[in-house]
Amino acid sequence: MKRPEPRSLREALARGTSAPGTPRRLEGIAHGVALPDLLDLSCLNGDVGGQRVLLVMGDQFLAGLALIAVDGLAEAVVLCPPDLAPEHLPVIAERAGATCLLTDRPRSALPGLDALPLIDCAWPPVPAAREPEFERATEWLLLTSGTTGVPKLVRHDLAGLTAAIRPRPVGDAPPVWATFYDIRRYGGLQIFLRGILGGGSLVLSGGGAEPVSDHLARLGHHGVTHVSGTPSHWRRVLMSPARGLIDPAYLRLSGEIADQAVLDGLRDAYPRASIGHAYASTEAGVGFEVTDGLEGFPKDFVGRPGEVEMRVVDGSLRIRSRRTASGYVGSDGLALADAEGFVDTGDMVEERVVDGAARYHFVGRRGGIINVGGLKVHPEEIEAVINRHARVRMSLVEARRNPITGSIVQASVVLDEAEDSGPPEAIRREILAACRAELSPHKVPALLRIVPRLDVTAAGKLARRPA
Amino acid sequence: MSARFIIIEAIEQVAAEQEKVLAPLTDDLVLLESGLDSLCFAILVSRLEDELGADPFTASEEIEFPVTLGDFVALYEAAQVDEAA
Repeated sequence: MKRPEPRSLREALARGTSAPGTPRRLEGIAHGVALPDLLDLSCLNGDVGGQRVLLVMGDQFLAGLALIAVDGLAEAVVLCPPDLAPEHLPVIAERAGATCLLTDRPRSALPGLDALPLIDCAWPPVPAAREPEFERATEWLLLTSGTTGVPKLVRHDLAGLTAAIRPRPVGDAPPVWATFYDIRRYGGLQIFLRGILGGGSLVLSGGGAEPVSDHLARLGHHGVTHVSGTPSHWRRVLMSPARGLIDPAYLRLSGEIADQAVLDGLRDAYPRASIGHAYASTEAGVGFEVTDGLEGFPKDFVGRPGEVEMRVVDGSLRIRSRRTASGYVGSDGLALADAEGFVDTGDMVEERVVDGAARYHFVGRRGGIINVGGLKVHPEEIEAVINRHARVRMSLVEARRNPITGSIVQASVVLDEAEDSGPPEAIRREILAACRAELSPHKVPALLRIVPRLDVTAAGKLARRPA
Repeated sequence: MSARFIIIEAIEQVAAEQEKVLAPLTDDLVLLESGLDSLCFAILVSRLEDELGADPFTASEEIEFPVTLGDFVALYEAAQVDEAA
């Protein structure tokens, strides 16, 4: 008889048995912990049972411990990513109906949340105050990354988040997972869950502060076998002299378009590894994985029956499965899926014929959203800054394909025909200075051209191509 | 102007714009230790595509990802020869 799925992370941990001599561990940069110990230990100084927990952690490792402590007890957990602007927190707390704040940071660092009782999360863990039995299936509320302003809240549950995870084949050694992602984003969370449910261990990333060579040395030291990251992460690995310090059996790319160059580069650098590129998003969940070493995906993935069904409508990929989110939270009336339950991903695909076989290749995001190394950028936000310059009549910000970060931001600017109030080069510099002052570095146009005119559609809008 | 000269100049320009402190630009400098981050490299590669008319990262079938500055320059020099051929 098939065992029922674990209802919480702790139930999953309680089942995972360690092979003799290889205790299951969660490794952070400063600390590590034997995963089974977390069944009796807790880093929290309060009770999260029945609470709607706003999880705002500075430290990724502690965030992992907190998730294990909260899941199965809390009614809901809002997983705030590390780069979330603190000024959005009060709105997110309200939309999520948060009843407590769980953090490793001082309250003074999180303004506007004074009404929420605070539960501290700190290292080292101490014996848990009560036996953490399963009480309820916790709602997991994740934040979208592709929006301007306050991110949207997307509701998942553990069953959906883990539906794409296959049991480890009998006889296989327990995997040692690692991810270049942060586990507080969907892509990294998938790997965190694989680490917990897959019976193995997990090595967390060190964030932007850890040099690639140090990171690879750490992964090598822990003997990682399964490693996941975006194509941009992997290109940095390929450019590192330390790339030989890991010898993984499995490599996974997701979060951005995997092009043929990075797939080929990885095949050459890690000939022993099987390589897969996966499609997943916060809203649509894990869609599929491609393992034939070619960019894009076979056309017959679309329309086939199975756990994950896909359609292409007006060039955009739509996905229906148990793994998609169940809805938005606190955004009244906003539908996540169409009437038939398909989530429109907004990722645009085009059919290409490769070696006689039809494939879909990803060509960008609808609405021109630009993906710079996994960070999504709205062109309108940048255009607004550019258009504030007195001499700018109109501007168009779009993606330019880039072999390092997938895309970069390129701007075309039309100046007014007014009197000679300065040479174009000086205006260019002024516009870029304004962008640098107001935007994060990945949003500042890497290339800015002055052009005589821009195309406008019949509806009077700027003609945007898929980014 | 040689590809090398244009590349060095572009690196210094990108570093200045992104407020990065560059290591001395010798041939054996490991790129990831140069002071430039991913975004800097992305900008650099796109600018060089415009200035040198070559993007060796996407143009060639098989690319060896460069590790040192010397590798990086050699990649562009080879790509320019390909373009000219």
